Amino acid sequence: MNKLLLHPAAKPIVFLACLAPFAWLVYGAFTDGLGANPAEYLIRSAGDWTLRFLCIVLAVTPLRVMFKLNGLARYRRMLGLFAYFYVVIHLLSYGWFDMGFDVPEIAKDIAKRPFILVGFAAFVLLTPLAATSFNRAIKALGAKRWQRLHKLVYLIAGLGLLHFFWLRAGKNNFNEVFVYAGIVAVLLAWRVGHFVRQKKGVASRPAAVSRAQPSK
Amino acid sequence: MSHRSRQDLIDRGFIHAASSDITPRAAYEGRRDMLKLLAGGAAGAALASWAARDALAQATAPGKLAALKGAKSNVPGAQTMEKLTDYKDASSYNNFYEFGTDKADPAKNAGTLKTRPWTVEVEGLVNKPGKYGIEDLLKLSAQEERIYRLRCVEGWSMVIPWVGYSLAELIKKVEPQGGAKYVEFVTLADPKTMPFVGSRVLDWPYAEGLRMDEAMHPLTLLTFGMYGEVLPNQNGAPVRLVVPWKYGFKSAKSIVKIRFVEKEPGTAWNKAAANEYGFYSNVNPNVDHPRWSQATERRIGDGSGLFAKRTKTQLFNGYEAQVGQLYAGMDLKTFY
Repeated sequence: MNKLLLHPAAKPIVFLACLAPFAWLVYGAFTDGLGANPAEYLIRSAGDWTLRFLCIVLAVTPLRVMFKLNGLARYRRMLGLFAYFYVVIHLLSYGWFDMGFDVPEIAKDIAKRPFILVGFAAFVLLTPLAATSFNRAIKALGAKRWQRLHKLVYLIAGLGLLHFFWLRAGKNNFNEVFVYAGIVAVLLAWRVGHFVRQKKGVASRPAAVSRAQPSK
Repeated sequence: MSHRSRQDLIDRGFIHAASSDITPRAAYEGRRDMLKLLAGGAAGAALASWAARDALAQATAPGKLAALKGAKSNVPGAQTMEKLTDYKDASSYNNFYEFGTDKADPAKNAGTLKTRPWTVEVEGLVNKPGKYGIEDLLKLSAQEERIYRLRCVEGWSMVIPWVGYSLAELIKKVEPQGGAKYVEFVTLADPKTMPFVGSRVLDWPYAEGLRMDEAMHPLTLLTFGMYGEVLPNQNGAPVRLVVPWKYGFKSAKSIVKIRFVEKEPGTAWNKAAANEYGFYSNVNPNVDHPRWSQATERRIGDGSGLFAKRTKTQLFNGYEAQVGQLYAGMDLKTFY
């Protein structure tokens, strides 16, 4: 499995797979395939994919450690950037197709509707993470600080879930919200457990592996 | 974006006069002259095509369900000239929570709904309470076609040719008593055929209500069909209400009970979230929903797809001239 993950063709393939939902939406937009309310479909779909990519990127470390798939590490940044890519599509579709780029109206909407405010905050917080996702930025910031900054992803995931929860609160329909929240909760719980296990491990033997590839 | 060709729409009778379609004055007058010239037997052919133009004004059935034709209605406000929403969109984008909360769910799940036999129980403060079979209701008054704007509280709208008759026709027949101030509509809640009855989204059965004068207003339509056919299940078959100046959820679907009462009845959405959905729920661009503006709306299925611009919402959904007097002196911010 590791070999497969490290294969030179693997990364482009994963890249294309991550792009597939976007390609599907573009295809739908040009073939009248997005249903009766295409703007709403596009906004929701891009939002769904943002949440999915947040879950996927949070799953990288647990999967890597549990199944010793160190090859997964090289995908993490790309997956994180795809979360950003889809949130940009989400926001652009809202701003364009729903609000017609009427900036004062958008500002009013953000201020008035808490669920949009929370979603917008998550987007704002995700921006520095995406902006520092290249090697030179890591060097410039220093690995420690870069890591601390990127821990914001936990807050972002929480805000994203709250945004979705509030959206669905109008219809008391939380099934999907609970699925995403459950996934994020399991992934975070694993991290807590892992942290505790490592603390214990450090007491008895040097944790060389964890330093080479920090796993929070 | 859309592949719905103009010809396709004309074939189905969905094209109504846009300004570009209106016959230029010169051509119109020219045609009059021609008719005068052809006043003899040869005029027959010309007249036939003239008559065919009028026939186009009515919705042609999409050929999916049993035909239910209505004569063109003369009720003021009942014939908006806006472009009809495509039947495909009007029958696949629905809120009918008994079949699921996603707007695609009702079309997927409502096939299980059994619309025959069907009875509507009339009860409460009336001289002639009783059970009315759907066949009797269909014959109770002449069916009319009415082209109404429909505005959903969520900020989208459609233009739909409904078939039915004024609810007032039924109300007059059952003879309400003086004490009857409101009419309550109770809709089917059958957990066997409606997979989402039992979900905690709403307090089932779905109930709605109108003040007596609203119920008696000629625009309030007891509806059995749309686009020249009986209602698809997802649109509230076999009988629903359409109250065009109110948000869509006021128009109860698949009605099984009509109750005449003295006190304002509890309604499903008001019970679920009283600060968001009032009893009146008149379309009003000046009173925002607590979580979003009601100033504009998105017209579904108008052919411009993704790039459709939002349009300004009109007070009482554009039916102010017809219904404004019902609310004279009322503060619509308090009675939202």
